[in-house]
Amino acid sequence: MQAITLNNIEKKYGSKKSTVQALRGISFEVDKGEIFGIIGPDGAGKTSLFRILTTLLLPDNGTATVDGFDVVKDYKIIRRRVGYMPGRFSLYQDLTVGENMNFFATIFNTSIEENYGLVKEIYSQIEPFRDRRAGKLSGGMKQKLALSCALIHRPSVLFLDEPTTGVDAVSRKEFWDMLKRLKEQGITILVSTPYMDEAAMCDRVALVQAGSIMSINSPAGIIREFTNPLLAVKADNMLHLLNDLNKYEGQADSYPFGEYHHVVMKEKGLENDLENYLQKKAHQNLEVKAATPGIEDCFIHLMKKE
Amino acid sequence: MSGEKVIMVDGLTKRFGAFTAVDAISFEVNKGEIFGFLGANGAGKTTAMRMLCGLSMPTSGKARVAGYDVYQENEKIKRNIGYMSQKFSLYEDLTVKENIRFYAGIYGKSDHFIKEKTAVILKQLFLEKEANKLVGSLPPGWKQKLAFSVAIFHEPQIVFLDEPTGGVDPVTRREFWKMIYEAAEAGITVFVTTHYMDEAEYCSRVCIMVDGRIDALDTPQALKKSFNTASMDDVFIKLARKAVRTGD
Repeated sequence: MQAITLNNIEKKYGSKKSTVQALRGISFEVDKGEIFGIIGPDGAGKTSLFRILTTLLLPDNGTATVDGFDVVKDYKIIRRRVGYMPGRFSLYQDLTVGENMNFFATIFNTSIEENYGLVKEIYSQIEPFRDRRAGKLSGGMKQKLALSCALIHRPSVLFLDEPTTGVDAVSRKEFWDMLKRLKEQGITILVSTPYMDEAAMCDRVALVQAGSIMSINSPAGIIREFTNPLLAVKADNMLHLLNDLNKYEGQADSYPFGEYHHVVMKEKGLENDLENYLQKKAHQNLEVKAATPGIEDCFIHLMKKE
Repeated sequence: MSGEKVIMVDGLTKRFGAFTAVDAISFEVNKGEIFGFLGANGAGKTTAMRMLCGLSMPTSGKARVAGYDVYQENEKIKRNIGYMSQKFSLYEDLTVKENIRFYAGIYGKSDHFIKEKTAVILKQLFLEKEANKLVGSLPPGWKQKLAFSVAIFHEPQIVFLDEPTGGVDPVTRREFWKMIYEAAEAGITVFVTTHYMDEAEYCSRVCIMVDGRIDALDTPQALKKSFNTASMDDVFIKLARKAVRTGD
């Protein structure tokens, strides 16, 4: 049995005058014990999707199940079985760390002690601040408390909506290490992120943009779908270089990519031609080399294809 | 590095009670530079930036921004800089045109100037048709690009950008950086914070704050060389792992 299934889910917001189509017929399945990533920018529809699956929002069309139960008919059962960490910090700011934990455990008819083993690794990091009010915690500690509260009833499916947004690079790495260990305990994790580099941490990902799925695959599979040759180019004046690259006929797309500009070529074997072209434009300290595409290259490619 | 210094900071410190948020930082920023300001959550970036924008009085140390002293002339600083952040940039319930009019008006620009420049900007951003639409109805990426144009509308010497591209799609993020490059080429100095390490590579120089101090400051290339790493991500992680402080 699949942990999550979605079949042609649609959601619209707004009035007659101005409507926003948040989800345009989304379908996919998540296997038990999988870390499944929803990768997309703000406005892609990630939060609407999470709210439908956690039974907090009704879809306009389509069906979805979580743990085999229907998100509309069986919402009460689903709510007992899932853990949800919303994008915005939603715990009680004026309760302490310990009180928040106790509150969520009690609602689910359990206790901190009963499931301590599951949350220990995360909770032990904030336990020294047990008597501090949640509102007074730092961003990183709030994130750990929210995850502990979402886990305290040992959910079978965990929904994490942008858990790492605004979190620095070091804390992001630590957070993903924690998720991997939760997966080992058999918990299915649906996680969304606007950071493309986090896709690599998932078993499979869906790349979403403007309410539609552009691609679903393993991270390696998504990269295999990128078939154009890719070059990395740099020179002293990167702005002029980019403008010249965009005028080059053999390129399909050029954009900044860290230290280099990435150039998606229309066909193979044009490297020397591109280098000659750029040399004629008098670029200093020019470097042209082959590059390996990443998830972000794939995302850009898919977005521009639409 | 030659030329005019538009930011000069010497021993700048900010204490909140017993807590030293910014601990005697010193650096200079050249005119037209894209200066990346990085650090983990809680490293002191926002506090430092607020002092440079004339919004928060330093406890000690010296700083001059756009030629003005942060203690004596902070009102003049505000008039000569631009500012935008991810969290707050434009009024959602005003139209595109009204937002531009509002911000330009605050900076005391003439009606003639506003009218001419508004037309130019709407054209550049392909927003001519959306001029009378509410900003709240625009896609997030468009909003960010508009917010940047508004932040430099009054042609400030320096623009401060606080995580301007958080949550923005990868295509728009790059269009945004192209606008940054163009502003820098036009002589506007750009002071930018970001959590995206690939964006650190786009900066002329990068400064990394750890526990209120500046632990590294150089070109991305030189930093990678001195830390013996392939990417800015690794440089950042090497430095930030040393941090004692946690949180915001």
